[in-house]
Amino acid sequence: MSTSIVRALKCRECGHEYEIQPVHVCEFCFGPLEVAYDYDKLQGKFTRELIESRPQTMWRYKELLPIDGDPTVGAQNGFTPLVRARNLEKALGVSELYIKNDSVCYPTLSFKDRVVSVALSKAVEFGFTTVACASTGNLAGSVAANAAAAGLKSYVFIPHDLEQGKVLGAGIFGTTIIGIDGAYDDVNRLCSEVAGKYGWAFVNVNVRPFYAEGSKSLGYEVMEQLGWKAPKQVVVPMASGSLCTKIHKSIKEFIQLGLVKDNGTRMYGAQATGCSPISRSVKEQTDLIHPVKASTIAKSLAIGNPADGFYANRVIRDTGGWAEDVSDTEIIDAMKLLAESEGIFTETAGGVTLGVTKKLLKQGKLNRDEPIVVCITGNGLKTQEAIMNEIDKPRVIPASLKAFDELAHAAGIEI
Amino acid sequence: MRLRLYLTFNIGNITKPLIWQLGRDFSVITNIRTAEVKESTGLVGIELDGAEEQIDAAIVWLKSEGVQVEPIEQDVIEG
Ligand SMILES: Cc1ncc(COP(=O)(O)O)c(C=O)c1O
Ligand SMILES: [Zn+2]
Repeated sequence: MSTSIVRALKCRECGHEYEIQPVHVCEFCFGPLEVAYDYDKLQGKFTRELIESRPQTMWRYKELLPIDGDPTVGAQNGFTPLVRARNLEKALGVSELYIKNDSVCYPTLSFKDRVVSVALSKAVEFGFTTVACASTGNLAGSVAANAAAAGLKSYVFIPHDLEQGKVLGAGIFGTTIIGIDGAYDDVNRLCSEVAGKYGWAFVNVNVRPFYAEGSKSLGYEVMEQLGWKAPKQVVVPMASGSLCTKIHKSIKEFIQLGLVKDNGTRMYGAQATGCSPISRSVKEQTDLIHPVKASTIAKSLAIGNPADGFYANRVIRDTGGWAEDVSDTEIIDAMKLLAESEGIFTETAGGVTLGVTKKLLKQGKLNRDEPIVVCITGNGLKTQEAIMNEIDKPRVIPASLKAFDELAHAAGIEI
Repeated sequence: MRLRLYLTFNIGNITKPLIWQLGRDFSVITNIRTAEVKESTGLVGIELDGAEEQIDAAIVWLKSEGVQVEPIEQDVIEG
């Protein structure tokens, strides 16, 4: 069975509904549009058994993703490991901790492969043949790779002074990269204008409502991997704030469909102190998001004027969670802690998430005696410059056993 | 071209009739869709319709008046 239960696009502000089409804001009030579903149509039909019988990809929850037919882009994506992190539990003094490890998401090693495969599959359904995005890293690579595999033409807009490594991560896939020389807000406006003018599927502009839904798959997987349970506490990195709101939506949907019981899940948001408009608003207990100029090593989270900040703030406060932010040093410490305790090499965004987890535990905002799920969303190989000088240099010795014996002796290594 | 923007006014310009002046000095049709004015800041969602160079010039002028101009999508550059 594969009848879509997507009903409409619905304005999050005024509730006005629109037919399914590549639009992203309400004509009346400029509010963001979100995909709305007729969940009733799934009652009794979308069961644990059905889901478990399907291949282990994010598409096993296809009924709750906004495409009509089968996915044409990224059919293999998702279903990353949920790791019980026993060493980290000891290090942090908590009873039950899980890492949702999207640092190994297929094919480009970040959770963006989830959102991009939904956006591009939907773009194909709409009849687009060219896709685009504006990104400084993960999103660019994911759009370029998934578009290449699907035979779509792609354009990636980047700031003109982006590091070579990041350019490479998209360029290898044969995408057209356009470096834009200009202030940040002018670059934003240009992308918005291009999306309107060129008839492309711009993943984070005109197909954003569909794109954003892809993040829900991370939440569905966590619940299934916990043994069909809603998590108690979830820590999520925030850039635009979308992932945070969509994980929450995924939990509400599973509860509504009877797939899990309501567990009173609390959502916790993580940012870098150098770009923390959302965590600041939560801590100041206001719903006003003040845009900031970003300055942090966590470049993938450096969104100074987050489009979903208001909604992430609300989800965090409504669920009884909290938000925090950490310094560059705390980010690096947390990256090392995760690598050394669990063998998981995450990028700076993961350092933010684990660093904030530590901080919230210290503050008593996260409960040590209840299970915690930490969302690690990107891979460390992408942000090597951040820790290049933080790891031990190799000790060089001549190629002789005597030299090694001396080193071993000095280091107290016993035979 | 039709461009949808958020304009943020501050204490220094909130009392000026800038949107009226914009419609008079540039050949741009202004269409306000949403507005929220607090004590010291004002946020206006507006659609501008006109020739590209007129709209560009209007934006340059708004900025020179200290108005913050952003696309309604806010930050579209992601990580
Ligand atoms: C690795 C990583 N984690 C988390 C995020 C946060 O995503 P969102 O914009 O949905 O808050 C991003 C966004 O770029 C990212 O690249
Ligand atoms: Zn609306």
